Parts: sequence; C-alpha cells; structure tokens
Amino acid sequence: MTGWSHAEIWFVIIGLGIATYVIRFSFLGLIGDRQLPPWLLRHLRYTPVAILPALVTPAVLWPDATGGTLSAPHLIAAGITLAIGYWRKNPAVAAVAGMAVFLLLQGVFA
Amino acid sequence: MANTFLNRTAFWRGARDCAPFMLVAFPFGMLFGVVGTEAGLNIAEVMGFSIVVIAGAAQFTALQLMLDQAPTFVVLLSAIAVNLRMAMYSASLAPYLGGASIWQRALVAYMNVDQTYAVSVLEYDARPQMSVPERLSYFFGVCLPIVPVWYIATLAGALLSQSIPMHWGLEFAVPVAFISLVAPALRTMAHVGAAITSVILAIAFAGLPFNLGLMPAGIGAMMVGAEIERRSTRP
Repeated sequence: MTGWSHAEIWFVIIGLGIATYVIRFSFLGLIGDRQLPPWLLRHLRYTPVAILPALVTPAVLWPDATGGTLSAPHLIAAGITLAIGYWRKNPAVAAVAGMAVFLLLQGVFA
Repeated sequence: MANTFLNRTAFWRGARDCAPFMLVAFPFGMLFGVVGTEAGLNIAEVMGFSIVVIAGAAQFTALQLMLDQAPTFVVLLSAIAVNLRMAMYSASLAPYLGGASIWQRALVAYMNVDQTYAVSVLEYDARPQMSVPERLSYFFGVCLPIVPVWYIATLAGALLSQSIPMHWGLEFAVPVAFISLVAPALRTMAHVGAAITSVILAIAFAGLPFNLGLMPAGIGAMMVGAEIERRSTRP
C-alpha cells in the first residue's frame, strides 16, 4: 500500500485490535453485573445512530468516484436504501436493493 | 463440566436465530477482502484486520484513511471512534452476562459485534428467565454464523479480488451497508434526531482534514438523542 510499510500496517492492525478489544471488554469485563448511571446509558444508547450517519455522509454527498461532486446515482441509491431499511426493518433487503439501484443508475447516467 | 458450560439447546437456537445475518456478514466480509487487496494489502494483512480487529466499519474507516495518507494517530483515533458504540454493547450485555467467569466474558468481548450483540440482547430481553449458562451458550451459538463466516468471506474476497470489477462502483456497498443498518434503528424521535444531527454536523465539519469531524459530530448527535429522550420521558 502506497506510503505504508508492512511494519506500519501491522502497527495499525494491532493497535486498532487492542483498542477495539478494550472497548468491547470494558463494561462487561470490569463492572460485571453492577449498574451504570442512567445518564451514561442514555447517551451510549444513541452511539450507532450518532456515528454511522456522520461516517457515510461524505461518501454519499461527495463520492471519490466523481471527484467529490454531487452524483445522482449515489444520492438516489442512498435514499432508497434508507427508505427500504426504515419500512422493511431488514438490513439485508435494504442493502441489496440499494446496491441494485445504484448499479442500474450507474449504467443509466454513465 | 462441559455440560454446565455449553447448553446445546440454547447454542443451536442461537445459531438458528442468527443464520439470516450471514447474508450481511458474508458480502461485507468479502467486500473488505476485495477492497483491502485492491488497496495493496497482502493476504496476511487483510486477514489480520478481519481476525485481530473483527469490526467491519472500523476496518473500512482505517483503510480509507490509510489510502488518504492520513497520519497514523488519525487512522487509529477515527477507527476507534467508529467502534466506541461497542462500549454501549458491552455495557448493555453486563447485566445479562456479568455473572459469567472472567474468561467467558473475555471471549464474549472478542465476538461482541453488531449482529451478535443485537440478536443476543433481544433474546435476553424477551426471555428473562434464562440462566447465565443458557445466555452464554446462546451467545456462542449466535456467533457461529457470523465469526467464522467473517473470516472465510474476507479470505474469499482477497483471493477473488482480481475477478471482481471494482470500476462498477462496488465500493459504494460500504456506505449502503451502513445506511441499511441505521435505517431500521430509527425507532423513536430521539434516534431520528440523533441521526439528523449526525448528518448536519458531518457536513459542518467536512472541511476538517482526515475525518477529524467524526468524533465531535458523533458526540453532538449522542447528546441530542439523549436530550430528546430525557424530555420525552419526563413525567
């Protein structure tokens, strides 16, 4: 991989692996069956819906493939994935439908 | 001894309940194998990510930032930020599995990923009478269609990467997979509020280099979600 030695790549893999394990072990390992403060649980509850949208927003609005400009196939496919996921409550169906629409539109707009 | 540790009925019920999630784990793992290999990682490194880190979203985040030539600490911090949600998973499993031995909890922690967590915690919630050994057996059963499948799928993707045409735009499968996971989780106004805040803050912080806006956007969105929940449940 350009700009990265094998040692640096393994440093990232092992560093990320240890940090991820510590996060997963944290509460389960250290507090066992003691209770957590409600305010903390209330914040932690929203972690997935708070992080993942911020993570995908740039990839949807400014995809690398178009050099960072708005792209109809990306926007429409993201919207359809969101709508189907919301109504059907099934990630697999939503992801497959979203990708099918995306690949189809890639052909149309190409 | 072996019988008290593993309850066969609960184990196979877990494996059966989680089987449909192979449909998510396999393509996602395969995609990481393909994209990682295309990015220039060798097979040992691609497998290292999937075995040592075993967290798809964080693996893709690290890979993307490495391709962007971000500094090492930014790669690590951003990928760790993506995994912080697992602290919530860990906290939420503690009341159910906190009574297990430290080694059993250590093994659960390694395999505590989105799908295994979600399937198990819903079952524990629905069957409060389950014993701790039953819950553990159920959890390990749930891991069967996910963890080995994740390794095999990554390997398959790495080996087949030459024959999968990336110019079709298959890399967009990653954001699509995340959207498909988030959409069903938008159950309440608090979840919707958190997700909208997350998108708005991501746009606001888009000018920051190396994805540095991800953590403040996530924390701001968590605060909005928690505040909406607090206001809507106040007596």
